[in-house]
Amino acid sequence: MTWQGWLQILIYVAVLTALTPLLGGYMARVYMGRRVVVERALGPVERLFYRAVRTNPSREQNWKQYGTTVLVFSALFWLALYAILRLQGSLPFNPLRFGAAPWNVTFNTTSSFITNTNWQYYGGETTMSQLAQMAGLAVQNFVSAAVGMAVLAAVIRGFARRDTDRLGNFWVDLTRTLLYILLPLSIIGTLVLVSQGVVQTLTSSVDFTGLHGFAQSLALGPVASQIAIKQLGTNGGGFFNVNSAFPFENATQFSNFVEMLFILLIPAAATYQYGKMIGRQRQGWALYVAMLVMFAIGIGNAYFQETRATPALTAAGVHATVGHGSSLGNLQDKEQRFGIANTALWATATTDASNGSVNGSHEAFTGFGGLTPLTNLMTGEVIFGGVGSGLYGMLMLVVLTVFLGGLMVGRTPEYLGKKIQAREVKIVAIGTLYMPVVVLIAAALAIATPAGKKSIFDPGPQGFSETIYAYTSQVNNNGSAFAGYTGFVQPNAPGNKGAMGVTFADLLGGGAMLIGRFIPLLAALAVAGSLARKRPAPAGPGTFRTDSPIFLVLLIGVALVVAALSFLPALALGPIVQGLTHQLF
Amino acid sequence: MRRDIIGSVVAIVVLTLGFGLVYPLVMTGVAQGIFPNAADGSKVERDGKVVGSSLIGQDFRKPVLDKNGKPKVDADGKPVLEADPNWFQSRPSQSDYSANVTFFSNLGPNQKALADQAKANLDAYLALEHPYTPTLTAAGVPVDAVTTSASGVDPHISIDNARIQANRIAAVRKAPLARVLVLIRQHTDGRALGVLGEPGVNVLELNLALDKEFPLR
Repeated sequence: MTWQGWLQILIYVAVLTALTPLLGGYMARVYMGRRVVVERALGPVERLFYRAVRTNPSREQNWKQYGTTVLVFSALFWLALYAILRLQGSLPFNPLRFGAAPWNVTFNTTSSFITNTNWQYYGGETTMSQLAQMAGLAVQNFVSAAVGMAVLAAVIRGFARRDTDRLGNFWVDLTRTLLYILLPLSIIGTLVLVSQGVVQTLTSSVDFTGLHGFAQSLALGPVASQIAIKQLGTNGGGFFNVNSAFPFENATQFSNFVEMLFILLIPAAATYQYGKMIGRQRQGWALYVAMLVMFAIGIGNAYFQETRATPALTAAGVHATVGHGSSLGNLQDKEQRFGIANTALWATATTDASNGSVNGSHEAFTGFGGLTPLTNLMTGEVIFGGVGSGLYGMLMLVVLTVFLGGLMVGRTPEYLGKKIQAREVKIVAIGTLYMPVVVLIAAALAIATPAGKKSIFDPGPQGFSETIYAYTSQVNNNGSAFAGYTGFVQPNAPGNKGAMGVTFADLLGGGAMLIGRFIPLLAALAVAGSLARKRPAPAGPGTFRTDSPIFLVLLIGVALVVAALSFLPALALGPIVQGLTHQLF
Repeated sequence: MRRDIIGSVVAIVVLTLGFGLVYPLVMTGVAQGIFPNAADGSKVERDGKVVGSSLIGQDFRKPVLDKNGKPKVDADGKPVLEADPNWFQSRPSQSDYSANVTFFSNLGPNQKALADQAKANLDAYLALEHPYTPTLTAAGVPVDAVTTSASGVDPHISIDNARIQANRIAAVRKAPLARVLVLIRQHTDGRALGVLGEPGVNVLELNLALDKEFPLR
């Protein structure tokens, strides 16, 4: 570890913290229906859209209606995306004449993008036409992100309001998210990325003879516009197979910083938005601090571990930690321009948020280094988490913590003055505990059946790590991978000719992503619907304060203990065993 | 429910057109207008012909010849390659420096396959550089020189790596070492804003400059 590495991590945290109140305050205005700057330009578009979808923007929905609209909208968009991907061979903007990927992979991919997961069994540049990338996948980068943020806005209203069952109008929240938050930030992001060398063109490839006589073919496309929103919307699905390791997707050290910042920007700002919308800024900052502490644990471990050599490099006689410069350590499957610190930082941020983009391979991390991404996923994506989904997931944990705290002191648990009762606690229990159950069952099936083992790439405990990572990532809608794990077999020839999906992995993963998206989403809406009806009681001397350090310790403890109780045995069989042994497999 | 369905269908069409076509196409137009070269892949030309992208690493190896002077092939029928001593070498690549079919090596920390690969890379590096840098041992070989990058087309090598290779380049190209070191410095991309990322030497740009100043006879 070097001081330059730590300095970069500190700068990252400082910039993120500085932008949190700025963007968070703005986002709160968007959801509270106040006028925002961009509205001057896009206000007419907003109103036109309401007429097109036949909604009365002032008519609000209760939690069931809100949830129904989300489900119908997502289901129909699922069908539309599936159709685009399957029909890409007959649609325009297909310069390399790619046929469609098989049905099973497409099922997985469609579920993946609808649920804001962006798990990718396919390689973008060898599978997807430009139309599929732009009008299929990148649309979901916007829409699935906006759905999560809209639901969060509704959930926050449930915490903030009293004596009502109304949480907001889904169409209004969706539209304002898209037009006033995601679009302006994406435009800025696109231009910054292009200025650094991220490509943005309709040409699909350039062939030439390189300086030393080798033919090379550059895969190009409308990349920057997709990557900006892929980072902002915690989507993570790359244009290229190696994601943001590829220079045309992440060209320079500066573009890397911007892309990393975009991963946590909106989820972090949401904590401030929350404080503003409930009228108690300290509560928002409290959640920010809780998240930041867990983030710090993750990056501390990942950076430290990745500056060490792996057993394989040591066995090869490589002196990975000797010499000058700060890219010493486990540089396998990492880029020189990012080095160890920035790859560890990215891996931490992308798995804290449910982003899942990568700038180096997580699979090549040291055994203990790989614990950071994996355990981040296992906390249920609440360390900042996905846009929208991260904070509503965290709010569920807050309710759970308040309940546990109430049990300890023997008082009726309250949050923001509202009584937490049996109904809320039951829903929260389902909304948080379904996750380890689904992950462990899916991973057990995948590791114990011949059909599941087909997807494994590396022999030994690494193969187990690949499997547990795959299903933890998909259920939690993250999308990063120990990428040797495969659900799509593509022969050498690009263009999907002769390509085959691995049906077991494709369907199990696709189903897992749908469950992982919609169960917590509906649980959060249900809790919000029930809290909105309650009348807050004024705080008394015996009230358990939820913005105090002791509460934060309890909250972090709950998050970590739930994850540890569920997953420690599984971790011991994979990354921990690898971290402790020098044996090769 | 029925209202939801109608609304959703309309929204799907409108959003697909707006965010799937208008947004990327307008951004393409704007990007092409403001940053034409960057938006098209930062291409590098020599004598009016494209020879690469400054962001994408290239292959500077050469075919290994057998006794009869024919290129050797491996079991898959692919030519066997080794480093060409006349050029600065990029980092090893798991994808033969492909810029249109990319993949990670995905070899875990305890994989024998990774140890074998790294050992082969280390031996080859020492065999290539040791004659020109007699003090070089395994302990002095920079880690970037023997590990594959994430993209397979990492455009950079570490400064340490470039300085070791400089001894060989100076010898085979009959160039003053001091001048080669200056070229390395000129083609080093430092940290962004002085702090972000890691410095690295851009191999393609360095080789271009080198070949211009000290051409092979």
